[in-house]
Amino acid sequence: MKRSGIASIKARKGKDRLVYWFVCLFSFLAMIPLFVILYNVISKGYKNFNLNLFTKGTPSSMDALMAKMNGEPIPGGILNGITGSLLIVGMAILFSVPIGLSVGVYLSENRKHKFARIISFLADLLQGMPSIVIGIIAYAWVVKPLGGYSALAGSIALTIMMLPMIIRSTEETLKMLPQSYKEAGLALGSSYTNVVFKILIPSGFGGIFTGILLAISRVLGETAPLMLTALGASVVNWNIMEPSSAIPLLIWDFYNDPNLVEMVWSSSLLLLIVIFLLNGIAKIVARKWKV
Amino acid sequence: MEGITNQNGMEPVLRFIDVSVSYTPGVYAVKNVSTAIYPNTITAVMGPSGCGKSTLLRAINRMHDLYANIKTTGQIILKGKDVLKTDPMEVRRMAGMVFQQPNPFPTMSIYDNVLAGYKLNGIKLNKEEKDEIVEDSLRNVALWNEVKDAMNKRGSFLSGGQQQRLCIARALALKPEVLLMDEPTSALDPISTNRIEELLLELRKQYSMLIVTHNMSQAARISDNSMFMYLGELVEHNNTKQMFTKPRNRRTEEYLTGVFG
Repeated sequence: MKRSGIASIKARKGKDRLVYWFVCLFSFLAMIPLFVILYNVISKGYKNFNLNLFTKGTPSSMDALMAKMNGEPIPGGILNGITGSLLIVGMAILFSVPIGLSVGVYLSENRKHKFARIISFLADLLQGMPSIVIGIIAYAWVVKPLGGYSALAGSIALTIMMLPMIIRSTEETLKMLPQSYKEAGLALGSSYTNVVFKILIPSGFGGIFTGILLAISRVLGETAPLMLTALGASVVNWNIMEPSSAIPLLIWDFYNDPNLVEMVWSSSLLLLIVIFLLNGIAKIVARKWKV
Repeated sequence: MEGITNQNGMEPVLRFIDVSVSYTPGVYAVKNVSTAIYPNTITAVMGPSGCGKSTLLRAINRMHDLYANIKTTGQIILKGKDVLKTDPMEVRRMAGMVFQQPNPFPTMSIYDNVLAGYKLNGIKLNKEEKDEIVEDSLRNVALWNEVKDAMNKRGSFLSGGQQQRLCIARALALKPEVLLMDEPTSALDPISTNRIEELLLELRKQYSMLIVTHNMSQAARISDNSMFMYLGELVEHNNTKQMFTKPRNRRTEEYLTGVFG
């Protein structure tokens, strides 16, 4: 009896080690695509990653062909895409943050309320909604009634995509705060609004802000909904009622133009850098603002 | 209630008249409590878990308003005002509360924590007034010397006992009529507990305090009067010394001698 007990402990230890190595192996395998992407984007993108990229608009296909034949670098950049992304995503932030924050506060404060549960369920559904569907909805609701493609329509599509992430992160962060912060605030004679804005939201700032940054980094790369709403433009546009370009839209255009296809990589590199930066900041904020 | 200590023979600061609290209709956590609390006394509220002591305490500053299912009936008269018919925000400014877990606001500095009551109520103060309130309140809780050079650090940087004293200072900054404490030392080590107890005895000169406690020796050490609650009813409210030596009620005696609890 005793001996078999010892044997089984050895067997269990062996199994333990086996599982451990399997987990390590698969973790490594899962990371390979990331390294491949990084290697490709950096090695192919750095050539055109220069000042032109930030200061010039999209070159015409013809100019690019001529430059190529003369062995010169492509004479243009993605300034129209950068400004377009700033405009569209910037507006999406303006729309989605106040709405998302309010809904998140509502959900965390009325956990047992039936209406809150329905909203919470709908937010989950929205999170799983394919972005192309959101693009079509924005097309039907905004582009059609306004009579044309516009940066505004694009930002509304992105707002819809950002909302569930902001709602969730706000709700989850506020739920984690001890109930006693709220009670302590109220016990000092504070109004409920002041408790929410001066205690709860500042205390949960790290988590909420991280959620907003991650939502931004998610929609920065969205292409499909923008095709149906912002359409794209070859010049810099700051008018919200006009069609506008965006970095992912340009990447798609470059991909379809054999003379500009090299620009795919430098544009992707820029997009990746921005998204990594946002994620990095989110990590730092989440750690620094832990309460 | 003839044995209750009343330091200066004054009018009660707080009076309960037939107070009942129910969580679900027909089920009472506090049943028909009637008694009075006198100025400049410490009253310990004792009883086994679930006897309604915290529920009674939280009825005073209307914390039950937070939960729609809780109903409070009867009258609670605080300084002549019926708490249940007064605006809860006004009531809460008159009744400071200290919680079981020290809970300084994590995003505020020590300085701002003391002033939190003013900030949250939108009361504007100039720099001198602020400095004065902060210093007074922190001196009151014997924390001033320990933190006067760290005013801008976050409250959470302090030790547990210091945090709890900061929370008491935060409640005192608003100059409340009574201080309600819900097991304020149960999360603290014996040394911190001892300091808080000394502090409460000191504060008694200025304030009236109700302290819910599980700790009978704490009640014996610091309280003037004691309330013993059982199954939602106020079984006995008496001068602490009398209650601990010659309890009038058999239930009280059994609780104090550890027959149940």
